[in-house]
Amino acid sequence: MSRETCVGKYRNMTTLEKTTDEVLGLAAAHFKVPREQLSPNDDFFKKLAINSLQALDLLTRLEQHFHIELPDYELQGVSDFRTLAERIQSRL
Amino acid sequence: MRSFSGKTLSWRTADGVIELTLDRAPCNEIGTATLGELEQFADALGSLTEESHALIISSARTEGFCAGADLRELYRGLQDLRPAARLAGVRDFLERIHGVMNALDEAPIATIAAVHGVTFGGGFELALACDLIVADKMTRFCFPELRLGLIPGFGGIPRLKRDLGNATVRDLLFTGRSIHATKAQSLGLVSQVTGEGDALRVARATAAQLGKFDRETATVAKRFIKPIPREELRREIDIFCELFMRPAVEAGLRKFVESTDALPYLP
Repeated sequence: MSRETCVGKYRNMTTLEKTTDEVLGLAAAHFKVPREQLSPNDDFFKKLAINSLQALDLLTRLEQHFHIELPDYELQGVSDFRTLAERIQSRL
Repeated sequence: MRSFSGKTLSWRTADGVIELTLDRAPCNEIGTATLGELEQFADALGSLTEESHALIISSARTEGFCAGADLRELYRGLQDLRPAARLAGVRDFLERIHGVMNALDEAPIATIAAVHGVTFGGGFELALACDLIVADKMTRFCFPELRLGLIPGFGGIPRLKRDLGNATVRDLLFTGRSIHATKAQSLGLVSQVTGEGDALRVARATAAQLGKFDRETATVAKRFIKPIPREELRREIDIFCELFMRPAVEAGLRKFVESTDALPYLP
């Protein structure tokens, strides 16, 4: 792997961590769950105790926060915060 | 009837504005009860508009404006019927709801849909029948019908085509994805995006503004600007009925009904 690729991968990982952290923070604040109780690998449906209707609400807030458009079909099979953050990251 | 309070909706008139409020748990799904009361409203609209200059349609449900057709009632209603009776029942429902939508679409006063949250399927179609859509920033619009093997049947396709470019219509229909209010505004669907919970207040301010102008001029202008796509609306009913009899539709409805989730057709 070249130095540029390595630096790029690191920069992307750091950015993804930042995005994941923002997702966790936003979800915690909106659904009133202590931030320290959430971690990237958690199932957000279970951890936040939300259904698909509330997941849509979360999606809207994430789209507004990150100024992106994220089609809900991109969330097919996604239930953890880290993968959600990856989907968001791919739109930034 | 200047005011009415029913099982699924209510209306009242104040300061020249008719306010129709949907209120049926969980999210104003349109089944036979709502259809019946919407028909009552459509019947009353003629006399209500004599003393009013605007109509605002909104929802009292926190979940949203309207999640569309009552698919659970539809599925249950199919179970004991032979195919011919099923088709007749569906066609009858569609013709009745089209009657309501057309009455709203061609009302001789300005009509405003003040929407929030889930505005899906038949709910989206109800909003599209209005002249203006004022959307709370948390609104999501969607035509999920293709996920069930159907197309919108309450007049959504002709009305969406009336307002948007064909590429966007294809995007929304073929993907079945939901879009938020700001995106909908950028497409030209939504007139104003408001803060969370503020759509009705803004709709009322807009209605007050609309009341300042000559009513007859506004009525003539509306008839000129906003054609009713009657032939396409009739064709939509025919296509919906053709699709409805396919086994995939009953399978899709069964999956929806057996799910415990609020909106099981979403990812």
